[in-house]
Amino acid sequence: MSNMKKKRLTATQLEYDQLQKSMEPKRPILKNCLKAFLVGGIICTIAQCLQLFFITYFNFNEKTAVSPTTIVLIFVSALLTGFGIYDHIGQWAGAGSAVPITGFANSIASASIEHKSEGFVLGVAGNMFQLAGAIIVYGVFSAFIVSTIKLTINWLGGM
Amino acid sequence: MLKGHQSWIFNSKPTILASAAVGGPFEAEGALAEDFDILHEDLWLGQDSYEKAEKVLLEHACERAIKKSNIKKEDINFFISGDLMNQIISSSFTARTLGIPFLGIFGACSSSMESLSIAAQLIESKSAKYVIASASSHNAAAEKQFRYPTEYGGQKPPTAQWTVTGAGAVVLGEHGDGPKITSATIGRVIDMGVSDPFNMGAAMAPAAVDTIEAHFRDLNIDASYYDLIATGDLGKVGHELANSLLKKHGIEMPLDIFTDCGLLIYKKDQPVFSGGSGCGCSATVTYGHFLNRMRRGELKKILIVATGALMSPISYQQKESIPCIAHAVSIEM
Repeated sequence: MSNMKKKRLTATQLEYDQLQKSMEPKRPILKNCLKAFLVGGIICTIAQCLQLFFITYFNFNEKTAVSPTTIVLIFVSALLTGFGIYDHIGQWAGAGSAVPITGFANSIASASIEHKSEGFVLGVAGNMFQLAGAIIVYGVFSAFIVSTIKLTINWLGGM
Repeated sequence: MLKGHQSWIFNSKPTILASAAVGGPFEAEGALAEDFDILHEDLWLGQDSYEKAEKVLLEHACERAIKKSNIKKEDINFFISGDLMNQIISSSFTARTLGIPFLGIFGACSSSMESLSIAAQLIESKSAKYVIASASSHNAAAEKQFRYPTEYGGQKPPTAQWTVTGAGAVVLGEHGDGPKITSATIGRVIDMGVSDPFNMGAAMAPAAVDTIEAHFRDLNIDASYYDLIATGDLGKVGHELANSLLKKHGIEMPLDIFTDCGLLIYKKDQPVFSGGSGCGCSATVTYGHFLNRMRRGELKKILIVATGALMSPISYQQKESIPCIAHAVSIEM
C-alpha cells in the first residue's frame, strides 16, 4: 500500500492493516520465481526446437521461421485453454506461462470462451481483447517510444 | 421485537419447516457432500451459460425445500432471496419461475442470513404465514463477473478464496416441528481499509467480529450460550484474524465452538486456497450440514454470522477499499 493511501486511513484502520499484514500467508516468491523460470524456459525451449524444425525440414530461414513457430505456440495454447488445462498450468507457473506468447493467446481464448454465451458479436468479439487489449495498447506504445529513441540516436550518429 | 440496539428477538419462534442445499461438482467432492440434497456433476447444469446454471441451482433448492415442507407453493406468502450476480438475476429469475411474491435483497455473501432474518421477522410480525428464504452463488459465474475468465491462467495468491457453487433454501412457518429462529442481529457496514479483492477474509473479519460483539451485547449473553458459532466465509485467513480480533476486544470465544462455513465445506486436499466463499457457502453449510446436525440432536443452539463484501468490480478498480457487513441469526432446536 502506498504512503499516500496510508495517510487516508484512520488509526484503527492502520492498526488493523498491521495485524492483517502480519497474519497474511505470504506468497512464496522465491518458489514462484523458480517455477516461472522453469516453465517459461520450457516454453521457450519448445519454441526454439520448433523454429529449428521449420528451418531444417521446411523452406524457412531464421527470420521467416518465427511466424510458423508463433502460430503453433498460439494454436497449442488456445487448445489447452479450451480443454481447461492452461489455467491450471498458470496457477502453478505464474509469470512463466503468462509472459510468453502462449499467455497472450490464453488471455484472448479464455475471454472468448467466457463470453460466448452473450453471442458472437457483443460477446466473443466484444470481449476477446478484454485482457489482451491492455497488452496491445501498451505494447504498441512502448515499441513506438523505444524505436523513436533508437532512431534519434541513429540520427545523431550513434550506434 | 427490538432488543438492544440492532437485534431482533423472535418471541413467536418462527420454525424452519424444511431446508434444502444444492451443490456443484466441486462441492460433491467436498467434506460435506452427504449433507446436500442435490449434487450436480456438471458445472453448467445442462444450461448454455453459467448465469443460467446458477438460476437452476437456486430453483432446485427452492423447489426441493418446498417439496420437503409439504406446503403448497400457493400457500407461501413471500420469497426472499439474494445472490452475487449483477442486479441479483439468479434470485429474480427464480422468483419468476416460482411465482411467489418476491423481495430481492443484496448483502453479497451475507444474503443468506439477511434473507433468513427478514423472513423470520415477517413471520414474527404476522405479516406472513409461510416464507421461503434463499441464497445462491456459482463459482464460474462469480469469477466471470468479479475476476477473470474461468480459463484465464492468472496466478491466485494463498489468501484467495473459492466461490461455492451452491444454493440453499429454507421454508419458514409459524408453528411446526423443526429448528426455531430465536434472534437475529443486523450488522453495520465496517471498512477497515482492506482493498485487495483476493483477500476477502481479511476484509470481512472485522465486520463479523463487530456483529458478534453487538449480538452478545444486545442479548446480554456470551459465547457459552451457543453450541456452535459459525461465520459465513472468512476462510483460513479471515478466521484467524477474527479470532485474534475477538481476543483483542476481550470477548471469550472457545476455539472448539467457533468455526467458519468456508473452512468446513471442502476437503483439505482441494485447491481452494484460504477456503470457500460466496452466498452459497453459508447457505448450503447452514441449511444442509448444520440443520442436519441439529435435527440429529448433535447441536442445540447455533449462531450463524454470514459475512459479505459489498464491493463491485468497478469499485475496486477505482481503488476503493472493501466495505463489509455481517448478519447473525440464532437457530435453536
